[in-house]
Parts: sequence; C-alpha cells; structure tokens
Amino acid sequence: MKYLLGYLKKYKKESILAPVFKMLEACFDLIVPLIVADIINKGIKNSDTGYIITRFFILLAMAVLGLLSSFVAQYFAAKASIGTATKLRHDMLEKIQSLSLTELDTIGNSTLITRMTSDINQVQNGLNMFLRLFMRSPFIVFGSMILAFTINAELAFIFVFAIIILFIIVFGIMKITAPMYKNVQQNLDNVTEVTDEDLNGVRVIRAFSREKSQIQKFNFVNKNLLNSQLKVGRAAAFMNPLTYVVINTAVILILWMGSDKINFGVLMPGNIIALINYISQILVELVKLANLITQLGRSAAGMNRIGQIFDMQSSMEYKSADEILNNNGNGNVLNNLNTAVEFNDVSFKYKKSGANSLSNISFSALKGQTVGIIGGTGSGKTTLVNLILRLYDATDGNILINRIPIKEIPKKDLQKTVSVVPQKPQLFKGTVKSNLLIGNKNAGEEQMWQALKAAEAEDFIIEKQMGLNLNIEQNGANLSGGQKQRLTIARALLADSEILILDDSLSALDFATDAAIRKNLANLQNKKTVFMISQRAGSIAYADLILVLDDGKIVGKGTHGELIKQCEIYREIYESQLKGGSINGKE
Amino acid sequence: MEKNKSNKKTAKKNNTASYKKTSKKYSKKAENIKSILDLIKPYGFLVWVSIFLAVINTAAALLIPIFTGKAIDYMIGKGNVDFYVVLSKIAIIAAIAVISAAAQYFMALCNNKITFCICRDLREKVSEKFQNLPVSYFDSHPSGDIISRMINDIDTFSDGLLMGFTQLFTGIITIISIIGIMFYLNAVIALAVLLLTPISFFATKFIAGKTQKYFMSQAMIRGDETALINELVAGKTVLKVFGAEDKSLKEFDKINDKLGKASLKAVFYSSLANPTTRLINNLVYAVIALIGAVFAVAGSITVGGLSIFLSYAGQYAKPFNEISGVVTEFQNAITCVQRVFYILNEKDQPKEEINKEYNFNSKNISGEVAFNNVNFGYSKDKPLIKDLNFKALAGQRIAVVGPTGCGKTTLINLLMRFYDVNSGNITVDGADINKISRKDLRSCYGMVLQDTWLCNGTIKENISYGVLNAADEEIIAAAKAAHAHSFIKRLPNGYETVITGNGESLSAGQRQLLCIARAMLKLPPMLILDEATSNIDTRTEMKIQDAFATMMKGRTSFIVAHRLSTVKEADVILVMKNGSVIEQGTHTELINKNGFYAKLYNSQFENQKI
Repeated sequence: MKYLLGYLKKYKKESILAPVFKMLEACFDLIVPLIVADIINKGIKNSDTGYIITRFFILLAMAVLGLLSSFVAQYFAAKASIGTATKLRHDMLEKIQSLSLTELDTIGNSTLITRMTSDINQVQNGLNMFLRLFMRSPFIVFGSMILAFTINAELAFIFVFAIIILFIIVFGIMKITAPMYKNVQQNLDNVTEVTDEDLNGVRVIRAFSREKSQIQKFNFVNKNLLNSQLKVGRAAAFMNPLTYVVINTAVILILWMGSDKINFGVLMPGNIIALINYISQILVELVKLANLITQLGRSAAGMNRIGQIFDMQSSMEYKSADEILNNNGNGNVLNNLNTAVEFNDVSFKYKKSGANSLSNISFSALKGQTVGIIGGTGSGKTTLVNLILRLYDATDGNILINRIPIKEIPKKDLQKTVSVVPQKPQLFKGTVKSNLLIGNKNAGEEQMWQALKAAEAEDFIIEKQMGLNLNIEQNGANLSGGQKQRLTIARALLADSEILILDDSLSALDFATDAAIRKNLANLQNKKTVFMISQRAGSIAYADLILVLDDGKIVGKGTHGELIKQCEIYREIYESQLKGGSINGKE
Repeated sequence: MEKNKSNKKTAKKNNTASYKKTSKKYSKKAENIKSILDLIKPYGFLVWVSIFLAVINTAAALLIPIFTGKAIDYMIGKGNVDFYVVLSKIAIIAAIAVISAAAQYFMALCNNKITFCICRDLREKVSEKFQNLPVSYFDSHPSGDIISRMINDIDTFSDGLLMGFTQLFTGIITIISIIGIMFYLNAVIALAVLLLTPISFFATKFIAGKTQKYFMSQAMIRGDETALINELVAGKTVLKVFGAEDKSLKEFDKINDKLGKASLKAVFYSSLANPTTRLINNLVYAVIALIGAVFAVAGSITVGGLSIFLSYAGQYAKPFNEISGVVTEFQNAITCVQRVFYILNEKDQPKEEINKEYNFNSKNISGEVAFNNVNFGYSKDKPLIKDLNFKALAGQRIAVVGPTGCGKTTLINLLMRFYDVNSGNITVDGADINKISRKDLRSCYGMVLQDTWLCNGTIKENISYGVLNAADEEIIAAAKAAHAHSFIKRLPNGYETVITGNGESLSAGQRQLLCIARAMLKLPPMLILDEATSNIDTRTEMKIQDAFATMMKGRTSFIVAHRLSTVKEADVILVMKNGSVIEQGTHTELINKNGFYAKLYNSQFENQKI
C-alpha cells in the first residue's frame, strides 16, 4: 500500500479533484428532493406558477451541472488510475529485470506474469472506483439521513434503523457467499484441468482407449461445478428480496408515522415525498458501496502482492566500471591473460533446495580451449555454466574470468565477455533480424549472415525467401526445434564474446549438422573458449578438457583418452552410446 | 516481376475468400440463435415460470408507488388525514412487498438454474465432442485457445444469458407498463415523458457504441502486451545474459504507453454511461415536476398522483440503460458461444467401417505389419509420405531414423490411426486397419512417446491407465521393470501420491519412467517407442534396456531414436528423409551400401579427429 501512495502523489491534482467533483454531483442529487418538496409545499399549495417555473429551471441547471461535474470527476479518476497502472507496469518490469535469478526462481514465471497483468488491472479498477465512489456513496447514504433529520427527527430514526439493517444484510450476504464463490472457482479450475487432459493427452487417451472414462471424469467435475454455482446462487438470491422488504417497510413506517405528523400539522405531504425519495436513493448507493468494498479488497490484495515484489532486493551486486578502473588503473582489464575461466573449490546451493547442486568444483580452462561437460540429468551441468554467466553467485569458493574474480567484473563487461546458447531455444516475436540484434545491437547485415552461416542457419532462411526479415512468431512457434537452435547459436556468435557456452544446444540437430557446426566453431577467426554441454559423448570427445559430472561433483577431468582409461562413469556413457549398448542392452 | 504478380493474385484470392467468410458469418447468425434456442429448449418450462415471475415482480414494483401516492392523497393537511384509508393502503403495500420479494427470490433461483444448467450441458457436449474429433484437430489448434473457449467463453455466455433473463424481461415489461400507467393517469405528462424517451435511447446507444470501439482496441493492445510480457518473462535469462534489458524495456514502454492511452479512452467513455442516464433521468424528473405541478395547481392531478409520476420517473430510465447493457452483453455472449459452436460443428473422425471377417483381437494377432503404397500428407496439397512400402514380420524390431522433420513421428500417427492414410493401406496380420475398430487396433499397441503425458491422479492410476482393475502386485511389478519403483517408494505417499498439472513435481526422467511402466503393464503384442528414453540419462537408460529387451521379445516393435547406437541391433532400419524411406535394411547392410545412413552414422565420429 505504501507504494500506491507514492504513485498517487504524481496525480495529486487528479486524486483530489475526482472525489471533490463527485461529491459536488452528489450534492445536486441530494438537493433535488428538497426542491420538489418546495414545489409541492409552496408552489402547488399557493398556486404560484412562477415559483414552480423558477424551481423547474433550478432543477434543470442542477441536472446539467451534475453531469458536468461527473464528467470531470470520471476523467480525473480514469487519468489517475490508468496513469498509475501504466507506471506500475513499467516499474515492475524494470524491477524484475534488476532482480537476480536467485530471487526470480523463488517467485516463478507464471506468478510474475499474473502480477504484471491481472494484479495491476485489479489495482487500476479498484483505484478508479475508489476515486469515483469513496466520497459519493457514503456521502449520499449519510447525507440522505442527515437531510431526513432536517425534515423531521422522529421520522429520520426510521432511516437510521433502515441503514443499519441494510448494512447487515448486504455485508452479511457478501460474507456468507465469499467462500462459496471461492469454491466455484476451485470447481472451475478442476474443469479446466480435465479439459487440459482431454486436449494434451489425446494421443495417450486414445492409445489406451480411455475416451469413455475421460467423459465420465469430465461430467463428474462439471456436475460439481453446477452444484456449487447453484449453491451460491441460492444464497446470493436473498440479497434483492430482503433489501426490498426493508426499504418498503421503511416506506410504510414513513407513511404511517408521517400521516400522524401531517394530522398534527408538523409536516406537509411534500416532505413525505422527499423522505420516500431519499430512502430509495440509499438502497442504490448502498449496493454500490458493497461492490466497491469487495473490489477494494481485491485490489488491496493485488497491491500487496505487487508490493512484495517491489520489496525484494537483488542478492547480486555488480561493481561499476569506475571502481574497477580505480583499482587497476587500466580499463582493459579483461584481456591478454592466459586462463579464461578458473573455478576454485566452488560449491553452489539453490535457495530452495536442501542439498548442494555443485560441490567443490575446481578446474581451469585456458583461452581458446574447448571444454566438454558431460553427465546424467540433474548432475549439475547447466548450474555450472550458469555460474560462469553469473546468473547465480557461488555459495562457496571463487570463480575467476580472465584471472579476475567474477564479482569484480562490471555487468556490461561480463556480458561482453561471455555469451550462451541456452538449452531451451528462446526466441522473441519479431524478425530474424530483431532476434539477432539481441546478441549484438550494433551488428550489420553482413555480420549477421556470417553468423547465420557459421550456425548452419543460412540455408533454411534463404529457403523461406524472406531473408533477415523472416517473421518469428512468439517463442519461435513457426520454426522447428532444430531451426530455433541454429538461430540461437547465430545470436550468440554475433555477440562475438571470448567465451561461448553451448548448453546442450545441438540436441535437436542431426549428427551431420551437429558436426558441421562444431567444425565451423573450430574454424572461427577469433578462437573462442567454448564450453560445450552434451548428452552425446561423441560430440565432446575431441575437447581439450572434459569434465564428467555426477551428482554435482567432478568425477573425471581430462582428455577423452585419459578418461576412457581412468573414469568408469565416462567409459560407461561412452560405450553405451558408441559400442554395442543399443536399445537391446547387453545382448 | 513474375513472382510479384502471382503474389498479388494470391493476395486477391485471400481477400475474396475472407470476404466470403464474413458474408457467411451473417447468415450464420440465425443459425447460432437457433442453436442457442435448442440449448434453452429443455428448460422451456422454467423460462415461462421466470417470465411469469418477472411480470409479478414488475407489477409489484409499479403498484407500490401508486398506493403510496394514494395514501399521500389522504394526508391533505393538519387535521385532515383519513387514517382508515391510509392504513388500508399501507396494508396493501405490505402485501405487495411480500409477494414481490418472494417472486424476486424464486425468479433468481429459476434464472440460475436455467443458465447454469445450459452451461453444464454445453460443456458436456464439448467434452464428448473432444473424444470424437480427429487427432488432427488437436494438433492444429492451440490447446490454450480451446481451453479458453471451454472455460471463459462459456462463462461469458452464461453471464450474458443470466443478465438477459433477469433484466431483459423485467426491463421491457417495466417500460411498457410505466408508459401505460402514465397514460392512464395523465396523458399530457405521459406524452412529455414519451417524447424525452428517444434522447435517452440515443444517448446510451451512442455511448455504448463508442465504448465498445475503445474497449475493442484496449483488449487488442492488452493482448499484445500480455504476449510481450509472457515472452520477456520467459526469456529473462537470455535478455540478462546479452544485456538486452534496456532494449526490451524500451520496446515494452512503447506498447505500455499505447495501452495507457487506449485504456484512458475506454474507461472514460464507459464511465459516461451512468452520469448520462442520470442526466436524462433528472431531465424527465424536472419536466414531470414542472408539468405535474402546473396541473396540480389547475387541480387536474392530485399531489399523490404527482408523487406516483415522480417515482416512476426515477424508475423509467433505468431499464433503458439496462436493456442497452443487456444488448451489448448479449452480443458478446453470442460471439463467445459461437466460438464454442465452431468446435461442436467440427467434423468428427470418420465413422468406423468394420469388416467382421477379420475377427481382430489383440489376443490372437501375431503382429505382422505392412505398409502398402501408402501416401500421406497433413494437408492434401503437401504430400509428406510418398508411396511407402515395407513389411515388418511378427516379432521383428523396426528402427526408424532420419533427420528432424523427416516424418518419423508421422509413421506412428499412421500406425495408431491418429491420422488416416490418403491412399494405399496399412495392414496388421493382413487386416486393413481402416476396416477394424480403432479401439481394437490401439489395444494391440503399447506406446511410449517423447511427450510424457500423465493424467491427474495417483501414480497407481497412471500406471494402470491402460489396464483397469490391475492388481497392486502387477502395478508394482511393472514399476520395478521400468526402474520406477525406487523413486516412487521415496515419494511422500508412494503409489498413492497424487500428481497434478502433468506431474510438474516430477522430473522429466521420472515422468518418462512412469510412461514406460504404463506400457509395461499393458504388455500388448506390438510396441511403439518414440524417443522413449530421450529424457533419461544414459546410465539409467542402460538399466532400462534390459526391461525393454524382455518386453520386446516376440513383439513387433517400432523404435524411433536419435541415437544411432540404439538402433544398430534392429532387424530392419528404415532411413527416412523428407517423408520417404530412402534406405532400408540391417545396420551392416546399410553401412556397406555407404549411403545416407552410413553418412549419418559416421558423422558422429568425425569430430573426434578435430
């Protein structure tokens, strides 16, 4: 909530004027019954047509003024709430980008998306309604009551009781139905889940001939949904009739007690009409108020969730380039040293998990070397390269890039030095060109074609005849897995960094393409230090250094020839893939 | 030049095609409404009850001001109140209020029942339809979109329907009755009100039109922005690594500001509807006060009569506003339900023609599979598999290899009859698979796919997915054979552990082990393994090989694999490229032939020399 006030400060004028104009409108609404009472009590009684006509024009003027002030209020409210939401979205994205993966992992992608879309929308709606109604509704409810007191105190007590009872009914029913609505939502989620099964499991369902049982499963959750909807419907249906009875009871009491007052000459018929008028206004506003309060509850919850993300602090600090300059007196810190990457007794534990994902990793890779990393699923291969990219900070030990501790390297410099082809080929909506520009925003077209050629992506792009302007759909949906991998390789090559990481990036390619790309990499002009993760022993056998990982530890380190002799796990993997160990096992 | 011309031509063609589509849409509107009426039909009785209750309700709402007014007429002034009449009017008001409250309650129940039941029926129909649609439908339609139709569109439809039932009848009845009563009470005032009516009508219509336009553009931009957010969040690591955060933030700002502007318009215009109705309400109110008061001075209307008019004035404009709301909501509902009807109107998979002579049964087949002159393409104009012929003898092991996109998975689609061949035929034990029931055919296959789909349920339910009523021992035996037993045991509830969301709590490898166990329990005469071990690390894979070996003994097996080492031992290797089988034979034969397979096979050793 504290954040919201900061945003509203930027819309101080709007946030104050919106409710003020809304109140002005409410004032006009409140005065109308009094004027009508005057028309009846004075105009009609004294047969004063002139008086009646002037009152008529006052009524007209108030209607128009009411409309204008309402327009002004709506405009200011919309401006403040939408401006806030727009700024919130921007700040949120900026915040997300500033957080390190350690924090982002704990939040999760789907949550981040919900925060940025539906939660912020909730805040916008809530704020808008709040600015429009938080003055108006209570003002009319209590204003009517107070004006009733000015007409007749005794009759006004009917208002007091009616308002209290209406409050109880409206909020009571809301309170009772809230958990029921949650239940409906839960049932709807179940329907979604089974629908998802129907769609994504279609092959398995049919292969196992489970069509009928799937229909039964659906009908079951669907029936539960219906029952929960009917249940909440039965409870919510009490709202209108009950409030209706209360209001009419109030009308009856006004008539009955009012007739007595008229008989005594304390009141006139016009006053009774005014009172009845007020009581029906109260009902309308009370229902609005109830809705406002539910909406505000939702918005506040949304704002709190948003606030939690703003509260987070990045656990990773980068040194600025100036600091480094002062320390070394030399801006070109990342060049001309012989070791490219060095790990000294590095251990790493993900925030959420109990055990280390990497333990006591030590190795050093020289410039221009190719380092192969191999090991089973979950052995820590990707975690290891993520540390080189400083997506996470090591829990223990230290990592040196070009003999400089990784934590001392400014962000931009590190980004320039290391690039990666991630396991999942992530592309962005746009064109081939816009995707390549992510790798290097200054790249020219010629450079791009070179990179595409080295990544063996040239052919399929030429085939599609759109050149660099070939459209890329969201997540690269219009490309095959292999095509996506090749584009991400080109993107990384374009960054032209000294260190290149290939995280199982050739998996969707056939052996011939895989081999061709590796050949191209080896022939690049500026020889890179390459880290290559692979499931295929054959793909890394040629590496200068192979790291064999098992359960987060290095169990083998050396060249192919050395490891075949010394490392049992490596031998096992290699033989299973290249020698007899085929799908029929040890036959 | 030439190319340009032909491009234009196709563009033109597309234009006329889309034009035809829209004109078709209009004629479809009537069809849609008929379909909606068909959905309502079973609840016809309740609809009549609801209308009846709406009439009672409206009558009550209109009668109360009349009796209030009459009561006021008997309170003329000091010492001039007829308590007896006032009391009798009050009694009538009380009675009407109670009746109306009851009517309101039952009407709400009726409407709930009608709408929610209709939605239940509709969802049921769609769910049944899913099981009858050809697999191609699911392959060509993103599941997110279909789910959104099943959930959101039907929900919007139900909201629209409910609003229609609750407000449309009441609104129309109210307007007509009010005008009627007003004419009955005083024709001049009634005429004045009637003349003001069109203003209200046009004003709300104007605003609704504007609002809808802006809401549409807001929704479109919001959709774009959400897509962008999705992408930026999913790709955050890439953006971080390449330092492209600023660039993406700038791009986001462009669309974000656009959304801000569009939202401002949409929200502002939509918020005008209420004040405008209020203005017209107030105008009518003022006019009635003026004319009524003048008439009252002349004595042709009582003060009570005036109060009736005034309270009607308050009620009169509301239904107009509601009806225009209902109309937009209803249009919205129709668009949404139309999207659901599109699914229901899709063509089912072709009816089965069963040749009874085959006496096909998973227990008595040997597993000889033949492709005879098979042609196939996912779309008719793009043939993928051309004139494919091969024969797998009973118990043979057939490996399918080739570069990505060469049609390996297509072969499986055809074997399981997820897709039907365009021409030629596939036979199992000499029986044309198009002439036996899909169920019988599929019961002959055990299938493990690369895509490890699990259903929401316990581990046990998942393993016994193909064999209802499997004994616990059988299930555990299958799990042990698939090397899944040890990790299942370590789960909090063992075999009773419930997995949801396609087993997101399990690793990809564990999910695949469960899929293997699922196939092992079924133990059919034929097997399909499509990259069955792609998510399992090499060491575990080696352990499973034994189990696979036992499983495959005596069973015709089709194996799709990337790793050439896993296919070396097959009896027949089919080498596919661009949809056709270009080589077929044993490993040794193919290596000796020194063709495409040999090239593929050797390429994996090539780089060792670099």
